[in-house]
Amino acid sequence: MRIKSFLREILAVFTIATISCVGVANAETKVGFVYVGPIGDHGWTYRHNVGRLAVEKALGTQVKTTFVESVKEGPDSERVIRQLASTGHKVIYTTSFGFMNPTLKVAKKFPNVRFEHATGYKQSKNVGTYSARFYEGRYIAGVIAGKVSKTNKIGYVASFPIPEVVRGINAFLLGARSVNPEMTISVVWVNSWYDPGKEGDAAKALIDQGADIISQHTDSPAPLQVAENRGVKGFGQASDMIKFAPKAQLSAIVNNWDNYYVERTKAAIDGSWKSQDVWYGLKEGMVKMAPYTNMPDDVQALAKKTEDAIRNGELHPFSGPIKDQTGKIVVEAGKVADAGMLLGMNFYVEGVQGSLPK
Amino acid sequence: MSQIFQFFPKFVLEPRLEVSGKWVILSPIIAIILTLFSGVIIFSLLGKDPFLALYTFFVQPLTTMFGITELLVKATPLVLIGVGLAIGFKANVWNIGAEGQFTMGAVFGGGTALLCQHMESILVLPLVLVLGTLGGLFWGAIPAFLKTRFNANEILTSLMLSYVAVLCLSYLVHGPWRDPAGFNFPESQIFSDYAMLPILIENSRLNLGTMFAILVVLVAWILMTRTIIGFQLRVVGLAPTAAQYAGFKQSGLIWLSFLISGGLAGLAGIAEVSGTIGQLLPSVSPGYGFTAIIVAFLGRLHPVGVLFAGLIMALSYIGGENAQIEIGLPAAVTGLFQGILLFFLLACDVLVRYRFSHRSVLTGERCE
Repeated sequence: MRIKSFLREILAVFTIATISCVGVANAETKVGFVYVGPIGDHGWTYRHNVGRLAVEKALGTQVKTTFVESVKEGPDSERVIRQLASTGHKVIYTTSFGFMNPTLKVAKKFPNVRFEHATGYKQSKNVGTYSARFYEGRYIAGVIAGKVSKTNKIGYVASFPIPEVVRGINAFLLGARSVNPEMTISVVWVNSWYDPGKEGDAAKALIDQGADIISQHTDSPAPLQVAENRGVKGFGQASDMIKFAPKAQLSAIVNNWDNYYVERTKAAIDGSWKSQDVWYGLKEGMVKMAPYTNMPDDVQALAKKTEDAIRNGELHPFSGPIKDQTGKIVVEAGKVADAGMLLGMNFYVEGVQGSLPK
Repeated sequence: MSQIFQFFPKFVLEPRLEVSGKWVILSPIIAIILTLFSGVIIFSLLGKDPFLALYTFFVQPLTTMFGITELLVKATPLVLIGVGLAIGFKANVWNIGAEGQFTMGAVFGGGTALLCQHMESILVLPLVLVLGTLGGLFWGAIPAFLKTRFNANEILTSLMLSYVAVLCLSYLVHGPWRDPAGFNFPESQIFSDYAMLPILIENSRLNLGTMFAILVVLVAWILMTRTIIGFQLRVVGLAPTAAQYAGFKQSGLIWLSFLISGGLAGLAGIAEVSGTIGQLLPSVSPGYGFTAIIVAFLGRLHPVGVLFAGLIMALSYIGGENAQIEIGLPAAVTGLFQGILLFFLLACDVLVRYRFSHRSVLTGERCE
């Protein structure tokens, strides 16, 4: 009997819990975010979360946002996305490339939910994609590196050899060579987006090989912290990381999703949302540069000038003539790389050391 | 096991003369209850209603059909791998490289699926499954060979081969097997329907792989309790010298353990790829091969225990996601829960097998 009454009590607690769950009024629009890393990565995911907070701030009681962090790309992500869709979220942002096919699969089953997938290339009626032209920032970083470096060697900590990352490496070197043709880049692939230990080790190895500029396409501040400790310079990734490297950070390419998230969420609420594919850069404010620090005034002025030129459309980072590693001209003088080449970039430009993993 | 572990100057752990069978079975249950209690404390400290939190974590995922099917989907690879590992662990064969065998299962099976992309035949799927299993088997055979031929430590070789397997898959999807229409992103083409495991319940992801897992549990149970091979495996684990005296071939049992656990991990790998993912990605496992080691121990190295342990582990993952969505608990709580569960499990285990006694260290006399 005692066990029975105990069970009844437990049941009662659960019932109350269920009712209180269901009982929440559904006046606001629920907006979901799926993150590949922890919100405390101080890089990629951190900035997406800043974007989420901007939505909350701008739209106040109209929205209720939810996020799930550290979601593994693959089958787990499909479940998380579906779970968000089936719990009344009307807009869902999936913020990593590996969420692409899972997002599309879930979107098919929830035609009334709007999906926004970052950095992918597949759209559908209710799946839009968005990405930023980070390479514009990379080019500016390259220009600064070309002026500041004494060893003419750049160390680049990279995640995976996907077009976005390769594009960043190339843009960086093109920027550097535009002011110093002697510049070279060495790349270490860490095969992870977020692994502070590996990222830091890669930076150490690159510095040991003579690099005095560290750049990274991974999400933690570890490489920059190594640069700080070893007395070389570097760049922040995805967010302003000056706090982690007050003496080493030259600038940072800051991803700014705030406006985009606010606008798209608004559009979903008022019904004007349509699937689209956007690739915004400095001009639209999706890419921003952190303050130019730890460099001489003339370099700072040059960096600002380059930034303005890209923003105004006077300068395209991938302007010909561009040679690949074999010396073959891939973009002729007077032309710029077309969208197809940019989106599917799978070659290194002249001056990158080593060969691209294939 | 006659050594006496010393904790404090005056308290010692000494082995119990008789280990109660009842408590061996009860200890995981007590561990789970203690974990739940700790959960109440943690949730209260986080400022959440502890019962609501426990409800969203452990009960709510099971209140929908989708939640239940997802639980089974998530538990399937853990159970498949865990059962295989448990057989080896029983015989003191330490295959730590199931992650690699899982990945090789995905590589061999997935590669077959890509080769047969344009074949419209019901034979594609069986071929894919068999080759996937063989892939895991092959990867498990390497540490077995190194162990039996050169006496190389199988913990190290199998673990290191995991990284080789993962890099091998990474190479393939970055290079030769990359989807030509995929803008150079490292993903293979999506498999044709003929290479995909059939879905069991419409509008869910529950597929035939789960049936394999249940079948494997039953077969392994019979193998371990009703056959001479199972008997030999158990004796080798419990009393190696006795096994030697009885003339059991140690190397044969090492091979067997590795082939079974490797093959099952391979099957889990291909079932995951052709069941839920549908293509090859640079990484096909969120660490199933390693989590399954915990599952095997949580399940007392018994096939049926592994089944339950796999379900509990899967529930902790799914519950963690649910708790993030519903009440905004941080993702780290999932890991915390799993850690606490393991801690209590091991602690209960120690107390089932040992007891504290109060002794004078100098004289070794009891001063109860």
